[in-house]
Amino acid sequence: MTLAWVRQGFVKQAAVVGLAMASLVAATAPGAVVAQTGPLRIEITDGVIEPLPFAVPDFIPADAAASQFAAQISRVIAEDLAGTGLFREVPKGAYISNLTDFSAPVNYTDWKAINAQALITGEVAVEGNLVKVKFRGFDVFAGKQIDGAGLQLVGGTDGWRRIAHKVADVIYSKITGEGGYFDSRVVYVSESGPKNDRKKRLAIMDYDGANVQYLTNSNAIVLAPRFSPTGDRVLYTSYESGFPQIHVLDVGQVQQRVLSAGDGIMSFAPRFAPDGRTVVYSQSEGGNTDLYTLDIDSGARKRLTSAPSIETAPSFSPDGRQIVFESDRSGKPQLYVMPASGGPATRISKGSGRYGTPVWSPRGDFVAFTKQNAGRFHIGVMRTDGSEERLLTASFLDEGPTWSPNGRVIMFTRETQGPTGRALLYSVDVSGRNLKPVRTPEGGSDPAWSPLQN
Amino acid sequence: MSGSKIIPSKIILVTAVALALAGCGPKPWESGANGAGAGANGAGAGALGAAADPSSPVYFRETVGDRVLFEVDQSSINPAAQAVLQGQARWLTANPDYTITIEGHADEQGTREYNLALGARRANAAREYLISQGIAGSRIQVVTFGKERPIEICSAEACYSKNRRAVTVLAGGLVG
Repeated sequence: MTLAWVRQGFVKQAAVVGLAMASLVAATAPGAVVAQTGPLRIEITDGVIEPLPFAVPDFIPADAAASQFAAQISRVIAEDLAGTGLFREVPKGAYISNLTDFSAPVNYTDWKAINAQALITGEVAVEGNLVKVKFRGFDVFAGKQIDGAGLQLVGGTDGWRRIAHKVADVIYSKITGEGGYFDSRVVYVSESGPKNDRKKRLAIMDYDGANVQYLTNSNAIVLAPRFSPTGDRVLYTSYESGFPQIHVLDVGQVQQRVLSAGDGIMSFAPRFAPDGRTVVYSQSEGGNTDLYTLDIDSGARKRLTSAPSIETAPSFSPDGRQIVFESDRSGKPQLYVMPASGGPATRISKGSGRYGTPVWSPRGDFVAFTKQNAGRFHIGVMRTDGSEERLLTASFLDEGPTWSPNGRVIMFTRETQGPTGRALLYSVDVSGRNLKPVRTPEGGSDPAWSPLQN
Repeated sequence: MSGSKIIPSKIILVTAVALALAGCGPKPWESGANGAGAGANGAGAGALGAAADPSSPVYFRETVGDRVLFEVDQSSINPAAQAVLQGQARWLTANPDYTITIEGHADEQGTREYNLALGARRANAAREYLISQGIAGSRIQVVTFGKERPIEICSAEACYSKNRRAVTVLAGGLVG
């Protein structure tokens, strides 16, 4: 029962990482079965959340070669879960019993005594350059394995972090009922140097800041990279020609080409449509910026807007039928929705202030945006008709939201003020909770979250 | 379609040749390649005396004035900017071998994308004004840098007002 998804990882370095997942069917828990009290569950939409306590004893190495991975894998799982703010790790010092055998029955009493509501156990084996991870998640107070949370994952040894993220995704998903997002990547602009001589280059990393890889040098300004729907290509804006022009980059090959509309024609703010071949972007001619689409295979271009106002920052709805964008046709930048082929646009932003950089949620339910009001910047979300506007952050300068693959977390750029000001990546839950910086080696801006990896 | 390997960006504004053709002799100055705000500090060492030569790029930058400023969110050419651009037009008329690139910039208040579009508006407004003063449009390219290349780095209006600018950068000539 190996299965469904054996696929190439999309970064060259990890190209040998095919991950395979198989269910651990054998029922465990022959121990005393406590009366069920309903499944272990976190409702993310609840108003206030008491983080759910969990324990992840170090995974058990099945062989000598596995010992270098076993403890690290359980650490990454713990960091993924605790990092959501929805879970809290019970410190190892509190453990009453420890695990030495993955197959042995779980002593629920010992884990209940330290109030670990969820328990994640695992075993790691290494065969050649493959690492195999078996794991199980337990609902301690129900005294049983969580449904579907017993699996075996296989991948290349250099992809061990991905395996750990997949384990955490399964646990997160089973307990929250949401899709996971830990096995994902972020492409962003790495920034160094002072404000008036800022160097920028494209970088890609795991969602948690690990495995940073640079995709361009910093000889030319690069801006706002965006993933293709399958995560294998990235659109971005580069000044390599001296003018801003949109480019597409193959992530695995680290090869790029310009999608030029002609010498001296400026283009920026590109984004893929869900079909992976249509690109919507802004083009400036004669001082006027409008929206266009480009078929990346045929090169066919189509103009979507023709107004003297600025039209920019377009983003497709997940079904590909609509585009949300930013326009100052009313005098100040506001958010509008129009059909993907162009045509009449409806203004959706209704509050005071200026709205920009709208991004449609992958779930289709919200639009995230940047809002500027009364001298402050905010990241916010609103329903796609503009209702239920909610501001999630406030600072001197927050901008450029991007959605996690499950539509529950938003990453964005926060820039500090003054001569020493620098840009860093932050993330926040769609609820406004769990605001925190994302670790990057240098400054960072313009993050774009990949889809969940296969 | 095959992609190309990442290569260092080219210096696109070739200057020395144009200067020689223009009969000014080669002078050490920087072009605005990569938009590094060359106008701000472009008077290179060794340019002694150049500032006194009315046909020199240094004279253009420092005496004629290579930049105009804008109000918040605006791209209109105010009277002070008109005076500067009129001077630029006279200089360009007298030195017909130069082409120019006008760089449009914004301050840091505003999103990256909007500021790119705003910088394009500003650069184009300066271009249109120069055309109205008799400069051929074919001599004028525009480029926006949005908020990517501030010359002043404080987060206050004193700096913002200098960053909201359109800078005229002299470039290679049409002669040849």
